[in-house]
Amino acid sequence: MAWVNAVIQGILTGGLYALFACGLSLLFGVMKVVNLAHGDLATVAGYVGVGIVAATRMPFLWSVPLVVLAMAVLGYVLQRTVIQAAISRGELTTLIVTFGLSIVIENGLLQFFTSNTRGLGVGDSFETASFSIGSQITIAWLNVYIFILAVVVLLALQYFLSGSKYGRLIRAVADDREAAQLSGADYRHVFGIAAAIAFGTVALAGLSYGLTTTIDPTTGTDTILLFAFAAVVIGGLGSLWGTLVGGIILGVAQQIGAQINISYEQLGGYVIFLLVLVAWPQGLTSRRAQS
Amino acid sequence: MSERNEPGLRADAPLLEVRDLIVHHGQLKALSGISLAVYPGEVYAIIGANGAGKSTLLRTIAGLHRPTEGSVRYQGEDVTGVRPDKRATAGIAMVPEGRRLFPSLTLEENLKVGATYARKGPWTIGRIYDVFPWMKDRRDQKTAQMSGGEQQSVAIGRALVANPRVLLLDELSLGLAPVIVQRIYATLPQILESGVTVLLVEQDVSQALRVATRLQCLLEGHTTLEGTPAEVTRAQVEAAYFGVTDGSDT
Repeated sequence: MAWVNAVIQGILTGGLYALFACGLSLLFGVMKVVNLAHGDLATVAGYVGVGIVAATRMPFLWSVPLVVLAMAVLGYVLQRTVIQAAISRGELTTLIVTFGLSIVIENGLLQFFTSNTRGLGVGDSFETASFSIGSQITIAWLNVYIFILAVVVLLALQYFLSGSKYGRLIRAVADDREAAQLSGADYRHVFGIAAAIAFGTVALAGLSYGLTTTIDPTTGTDTILLFAFAAVVIGGLGSLWGTLVGGIILGVAQQIGAQINISYEQLGGYVIFLLVLVAWPQGLTSRRAQS
Repeated sequence: MSERNEPGLRADAPLLEVRDLIVHHGQLKALSGISLAVYPGEVYAIIGANGAGKSTLLRTIAGLHRPTEGSVRYQGEDVTGVRPDKRATAGIAMVPEGRRLFPSLTLEENLKVGATYARKGPWTIGRIYDVFPWMKDRRDQKTAQMSGGEQQSVAIGRALVANPRVLLLDELSLGLAPVIVQRIYATLPQILESGVTVLLVEQDVSQALRVATRLQCLLEGHTTLEGTPAEVTRAQVEAAYFGVTDGSDT
């Protein structure tokens, strides 16, 4: 029964990892940018949430759309300025620039918020409510909500990318930037929109993470970025639903690792990560036929 | 600068004008001083061998290359520094070499991207389907599975739905069987009828001579011949194309 519990908890955690990973995957898929600041941006979103709630005393859930919007705007602006400048200078430059961004954000957070850990207090049973299946399995409602949120976000992304005008443009620009320009599309604007969406998802991920546990300025690089990368690599680069598959596999592997020995939680995740890297370097859901 | 030999038939102002264009690819000089003027309703053909600079010329007109010197003028305005997407929305559409369709998009999505920033005009996706009736049944297919000729037609459709004033066609015949090339060129009259002016690059000289109202031959970045198909002789074209002189100076 304990193993069933581990699998269930792992699957639910996978939703959170998918939330982290889908923005990373989108940025890479569209503009071939590996955003090393991705995790830190999630942390920033968490702190912005803390800040808004503290300053306005509004209920936490109300602050969510504000944080998402703020991060989306930040995404568009960062893309049109720093990241675009890096893209024009070559792929390696984007790595260096986003790495630099990561360091700047981390130290900025240390400066303003100190290294104390913080949680996003909702202040009611939202965070702690749970239900039980049988005597040994207890499931936190919060994890269920986050998993549902991840599925909804992925569905919305898929619907947007396949059905809307800008979704179509994003896919066209990802395929062939120059040809899209010849059709009148300003690819930098399209990149900006893709970045805004990716940052919006990372905001949701950061807030969700802040609810399930605590954040501090180093959480972004130490934890979130690594999990997001692992989920993307397991699932397959550039694949949207692959991030959910990757997230779930990572989550389950961690929980099973923890079940064997509590100190094996991280190890379990990375063992699976390496196994997938060896056996399916393209990821589990990647379609190799294209390209 | 090119002289106009036979005025009269043309509208008085050129729609597209290139003056003394010099373009470098890194150290390499791809175009050394090309000038041309395309008047409304014309089919202007650029011919020449591989590496003559034809595609570079077209890409510079579309805005994908920045010239070192010289200017590109469109509707009387200097557009030399204008971004390619702005030129496209202003009415310069290009069918790039190698088709360059969006492989992960379906046929219809490819056309929809072309129509996203379209000017007002007669071309709609429906009208593209009238010109290429086979497309309608296969609109939900990915273009990667289509034949070269079909892909070329989609690329033409994608450019046309933007309702351009000038259509730049880069090597339509490249890699296609002659009968397919014929079929694609057979759609040209319908395109011209709708008021689109065409500037095309072609390696296939006889094809170019058949459709062009005016032509220019490039060789290693220089203009070696200019005129109407009626004015130039086969021998002149051959000499200009291959760079062989009459023998007296070699």
